[in-house]
Amino acid sequence: MAVPEVKQSATEARLATLTMPDAGCTRAAREDALARVLETGLPGRRDEYWKYTRPDTLITSDAMPAAVLKDDEPPIFDKLDRLKIVFVDGVFSPNDSDDLSLEGVSIDRLEDICCKDIHWAKELYGVLEARGQVPVQRPLAALNTAFASDGVAIHVTGKPSKPINLIYRHASPTSDAILHHVVRVESGAEATILETGPAASRFNKCMEIDVADNGTLHHVRAQGRDHERRAATHMFTRLGQESVYKSFTLTVNGVLTRNEQIVELTGDDAVAHVAGACVGDGDFHHDDTVFVTHDAVNCESRQVFKKVLRNGATGVFQGKILVKAGAQKTDGYQISQSLLLDDDSQFLAKPELEIYADDVACSHGSTSGAIDETALFYLRSRGVPTKDATNMLTLAFLAEAVDEIEDGSLAEAIVNRLEGWLARRS
Amino acid sequence: MLEIKNLHVKLEEEDKQILKGVDLTVEAGKVHAIMGPNGSGKSTLSYVLSGRDGYEVTEGSVDLNGEDLLEMEPEERAAAGMFLAFQYPVEIPGVGNMTFLRTAVNAQRKARGEEEMSAADFLKEIRAKAKSLKIDADMLKRPVNVGFSGGEKKRNEILQMAMLEPKLCILDETDSGLDVDAMKLVAEGVNALRDQGRGFLVITHYQRLLDHIKPDVVHIMADGKIVKTGGPELALEVENNGYSDILAEVN
Repeated sequence: MAVPEVKQSATEARLATLTMPDAGCTRAAREDALARVLETGLPGRRDEYWKYTRPDTLITSDAMPAAVLKDDEPPIFDKLDRLKIVFVDGVFSPNDSDDLSLEGVSIDRLEDICCKDIHWAKELYGVLEARGQVPVQRPLAALNTAFASDGVAIHVTGKPSKPINLIYRHASPTSDAILHHVVRVESGAEATILETGPAASRFNKCMEIDVADNGTLHHVRAQGRDHERRAATHMFTRLGQESVYKSFTLTVNGVLTRNEQIVELTGDDAVAHVAGACVGDGDFHHDDTVFVTHDAVNCESRQVFKKVLRNGATGVFQGKILVKAGAQKTDGYQISQSLLLDDDSQFLAKPELEIYADDVACSHGSTSGAIDETALFYLRSRGVPTKDATNMLTLAFLAEAVDEIEDGSLAEAIVNRLEGWLARRS
Repeated sequence: MLEIKNLHVKLEEEDKQILKGVDLTVEAGKVHAIMGPNGSGKSTLSYVLSGRDGYEVTEGSVDLNGEDLLEMEPEERAAAGMFLAFQYPVEIPGVGNMTFLRTAVNAQRKARGEEEMSAADFLKEIRAKAKSLKIDADMLKRPVNVGFSGGEKKRNEILQMAMLEPKLCILDETDSGLDVDAMKLVAEGVNALRDQGRGFLVITHYQRLLDHIKPDVVHIMADGKIVKTGGPELALEVENNGYSDILAEVN
């Protein structure tokens, strides 16, 4: 089908501003990805998958300017021992980063891979993204694969002693960054990847994660607070037998965020948990779009998303569980809830189940509500002032999502951020 | 301590008068019981005293130690020494019982200009008080009232009362839903708090609770008013003959 003219001209205008880097062994994947973009065009307002989130500002030729927040909080995981990999406005910064050697993992820059002819990452770069284009097209991810200018390839072969923290700093108010990471977790290996920071005025990030049999990957992300920043991110994850993937995202501010998680359970007994907590104010727009495919026996998936919205903020959740024929004994769970702190804010949810196996347990639920007045009164009757009581109940509402983080110190850092947000607003 | 004068209260949403002139004084060191048939306004009285929304005071006054209670927010009433043990304690998922209590204790102290209680002191005190109410460590850690049995919820109310050390304690049908053993435990908890400086207002349907918490004064409430006041023997009279004789006598 031909791309509508409006879409085509928008796509061409965007492509005109981009140059494909000297790509080495990723060249073929990039060219394929570009062909996908040309075939479908970039997302438009009439696309069903973008019904609740306007993609316009994500595809304009230039990024809308976004002021750099003068940060008043110490970096979120500052107190934790971690390997830091720093990008400033989407460019790797060797001076700010740690030495990339760590036992149990090897880390290469995308730039270094691109000048090689042979590298393990070639087998992964653009591969999961391409798989993730069916049944729903994700042109921003294809655009990313084609034009990513930086990123890392993380090969986990053991159990590294500390988390790997990808830190995205935002320095220029007009920066436009495209990063692409690939992660391969070998059989029996286990690692934690942290992502923090606003990255750029506009950020397009793609991460492809391949977890082999018995491998485990924990992912905890805290997106930056810069109020005017925009981000479209994709995480494509493929899970082997008895492997585990647990991902949590905290979003505090940002005028536009679209986080897509595309998970494929391809080995029996695999486990995937994706969770998110977001708190937003005013013109904040936050979209969690999740697509979990069960394609093996006895797998478990959980989606837990909680949003606190106030002063006209908008939250979106599009979550799907697809259970393919033969994926018996699937245990799929999905919950999306919003706490609306006033009448102006809104939550738009589209939970979907599509099941082709007959011996599965899948459930989904979605709710929107205000603060529980009875609970509020109970707290106040014990002497807790209204403001503090409201904050306690707000944190309690988010707790189910935060509880998905296994590591106590990471969860604590997330809670501290949420408390900071609440304190600034009360 | 608590002085209620000619209190008239209607529902905010509809034109329904619930309290029609309640006069009641609770002195420090005394236990007053209010009994009465269903719909007489007992629970409404407790809600109005604690500051719950949905009620409108159309006439009368309530003073707590000389201060106008009706002008205060619920949290200010708590800091001024008011405590209501709820008939239906509220479940709050996601808020740990211990965190909740510590926040409450320190919020009240702060409101009164007192120093906050240290984590260590708080822990020591709550452990001792929980033990006497047979509340185990697990119940302290769990979210407030979530998954608690009826008896556990009521014991948890008494634990809060013990930790917050209020001046005026209102017990709203604390005996409802309790078996005999649980009632004894709750009564012991209440009795341990009885002292010269503290007043109690115990609202109940049955005389049974008053076997364990001996009242100094018993009031009978009917149709939004206190219609008869007497000593503990009044409760026994209700137990033996029901309310009808008393109400007939009053009318």
